[in-house]
Amino acid sequence: MSATFTLDGNAIPFIEGQTILQAAQSAGKYIPHLCYHPEFKPHGSCKLCTVKLGARQIASCTTLAQAGMEVESDTQALNDERRTLTQMLFVEGNHFCPSCEKSGDCKLQATAYELGMMSAHFVPFFPSRPVDASHPDLLLDFNRCILCSLCVRASRDVDGKNVFALSGRGINTHLIVNAKSGRLADTDVSLDDKATQVCPVGVFLRKDRGFAVPIGKRTYDLKPISAYVEAGAASAKD
Amino acid sequence: MAGTSDPVADAVSAALARYRGNPHYILQMLREIQEACDWIPPEAIDRLQVELRLPRTKIEGVAGFYAFLYAQPRGLYRVLFSDNITDRMLGNMELLDYMCKQLWVERGKTSEDGLVSIDTASCTGMCDQGPAILVNNYAITRMTAARVDEICELIRNKAPVSDWPADYFRVDDQVQRKDLLLGSELAPGAALAAALSRGPEGMLAEIKASNLRGRGGAGFGTGLKWEACRNAQGSARYVVCNADEGEPGTFKDRVLLSSHADMVFEGMTLCALAIGSAQGMLYLRGEYRYLLERLNAVLELRRRRKLLGDNILGRPGFNFDIEIHLGAGAYICGEESALIESLEGKRGTPRNRPPFPVTHGYLGQPTVVNNVETFAASCLIAQRGGGWYAGIGTNASAGTKILSVSGDCARPGLYEYPFGVSVGEVLQACGATDVQAVQVSGPSGICISAPEFSRRIAFEDIPTAGAFMVFNHSRDMFEVARNFVHFFAHESCGFCTPCRVGTSLLKKLMDKLNNGHGSPYDLAEIENLNRILQSMSHCGLGHSACNPVLDTMAKFRPAYEKRLQHQEFEPAFDLDRALRKARQMTGRDDAGAHFAVTSGETK
Repeated sequence: MSATFTLDGNAIPFIEGQTILQAAQSAGKYIPHLCYHPEFKPHGSCKLCTVKLGARQIASCTTLAQAGMEVESDTQALNDERRTLTQMLFVEGNHFCPSCEKSGDCKLQATAYELGMMSAHFVPFFPSRPVDASHPDLLLDFNRCILCSLCVRASRDVDGKNVFALSGRGINTHLIVNAKSGRLADTDVSLDDKATQVCPVGVFLRKDRGFAVPIGKRTYDLKPISAYVEAGAASAKD
Repeated sequence: MAGTSDPVADAVSAALARYRGNPHYILQMLREIQEACDWIPPEAIDRLQVELRLPRTKIEGVAGFYAFLYAQPRGLYRVLFSDNITDRMLGNMELLDYMCKQLWVERGKTSEDGLVSIDTASCTGMCDQGPAILVNNYAITRMTAARVDEICELIRNKAPVSDWPADYFRVDDQVQRKDLLLGSELAPGAALAAALSRGPEGMLAEIKASNLRGRGGAGFGTGLKWEACRNAQGSARYVVCNADEGEPGTFKDRVLLSSHADMVFEGMTLCALAIGSAQGMLYLRGEYRYLLERLNAVLELRRRRKLLGDNILGRPGFNFDIEIHLGAGAYICGEESALIESLEGKRGTPRNRPPFPVTHGYLGQPTVVNNVETFAASCLIAQRGGGWYAGIGTNASAGTKILSVSGDCARPGLYEYPFGVSVGEVLQACGATDVQAVQVSGPSGICISAPEFSRRIAFEDIPTAGAFMVFNHSRDMFEVARNFVHFFAHESCGFCTPCRVGTSLLKKLMDKLNNGHGSPYDLAEIENLNRILQSMSHCGLGHSACNPVLDTMAKFRPAYEKRLQHQEFEPAFDLDRALRKARQMTGRDDAGAHFAVTSGETK
């Protein structure tokens, strides 16, 4: 008999050391998130997984579950705020879904659909973010980066390479690669690196493969992102 | 050290040697390399990468975070105009434009001959003697057009900044009202001797009995903090003094460190005694670079007097020393967990909490982080007892508070009062007349209007980190709020979505109103953004970024209404303004280069 907390009124069991988000996922409950990935240390930066705990709102990916907590997540108010965050991510970068190779496999897009986002609402920033096409196998399209740092964490913690990092500050925060030239071709990145496989959006693109799965049959074309959460299993699509 | 013909290599070697090749000191090394080379050349990073065994990404990530570190050449002379609202009220932007014209350089760019760059910086803490600038990180006060002329001449002649007239760099204390702290004539070592006779537990008990609360604004109980740190498990404990006085309008710590540094260091030493720490660090904001040598001299003298080092004042085993870390232009590092990240040589991003620094601080060890003024106050408590101190001020706010008064008043400077003083009393003392508003505790604090001037400075009413900016009726409170909103957008660390994007969106909205495209829709948008920033942000910066707008909107509504020139939604885009760049490139500004006359352009 493990301890439980409640999420939107449902009892959620958890084991000591699990965060609210981890326990919810294990119980098959979806809490929107972008910078969280079950294989990496939680970062708590995208804030989409924010839930209400008493009078406070906290990031559920970094807050440890405690017995008796009463957590609200799937509420109109929270989903409205999450939708606004998603819109912020859209306008801060350059996201053109109809022409994007990752359309249908993109978590930002899928989450936006999930939250009923119908427009970007805010005036786009249209930042200038040149792509890095220097590498023979990989294209980096920074236009789509949402600064979740998953590639940073994967390269550092799994690949042991530190190929990626965030530099700059504030609205000028941006992804950099580990080379004096600033070009991916001059790093020791490899296609096998975990870092190249965890991007929730479409920064990392294989050069030799495009539209292998046709639009309409991709991950989130088949079912919405919330439907990929399955009780009892850390699913491949987390 | 043997000099080579390569100045970059020499600078890197010197920095590596000074910090014993310890990668936690990377920020300090980068700062020193820039002082020697005027920027951080890629070759310097090549060397650091090898010697420190750090990935290049890590070094570039740190260098890219701090506003005063340059990965691109920014000129032999790097001029930054302090851009707090108080500097604006004293005409800083006119002086900036004038200097740009004199030196033929565009704001924000480096001159083509690589001589100079001119830009703005967040408040440099000289509000009572502005307009202020930084030249190669050294503070210059009381700028005038004549002084701009002189400085332009010095720059053209490539005169080393160290040879510039000393009067430029004069920074006055301007203490206008002394009380317990600023009036104290405590001899160095006296408080420490009193504390040693009480013993660590006794000292801690006095701090608890004093009801001293943190002077950085949040007001956490100092005794509780010290006790929690003392009781926390760890292999070492650290004492950190937060001298990253970045809140615009605040400059009290500058004076404490200029004229009462012994008290500050002694307070840190008292804390070390109480919690059992051997290592202290003072994190000094980069804008106060000029204080570094002076502070190090004070530390050296204290070592010689056995007030620091091993067996302090002859007590066996009481070993404690202090080192100074300089910041490099990042307001967020005033947040204690971001400050600790910065001390560790990282980007100054606030940590996820809990755990809090008292249990997991510097290098994951228990750490006390207190404000400069808090440590100084602890000396008085060590000497005269907690009960005495608790009797001063109000019930929930023991002791005195130092206010940094600037703006529209006859006598700007420092005013120390027992807690409980009313805003009106301070206004009278500083010779402020015709007062429209006071911004207490800086942009993240509260803006109050005349009906509230009877309110009191105390944790139970208006808590403050010390800033007290006065605005008379000639001031446009919308412009005040817009300046603060620009500040928050510039200083957002960029870690969390709501603050990174939200502060920029807010800035765009305020600029839109300023440009004459505002409608009631935009006010509703501001309220929406405020809700998101309050409820979703990672730290206090995001939580408070809307405060100045909400306060001024509630209290000075006409300043906003006169900008709502449209009842229906109006886009921010303006065809004529969009042509500005084309006009600039072609050097044309005649009627034919315009579509229609619109309201003033945004600076």
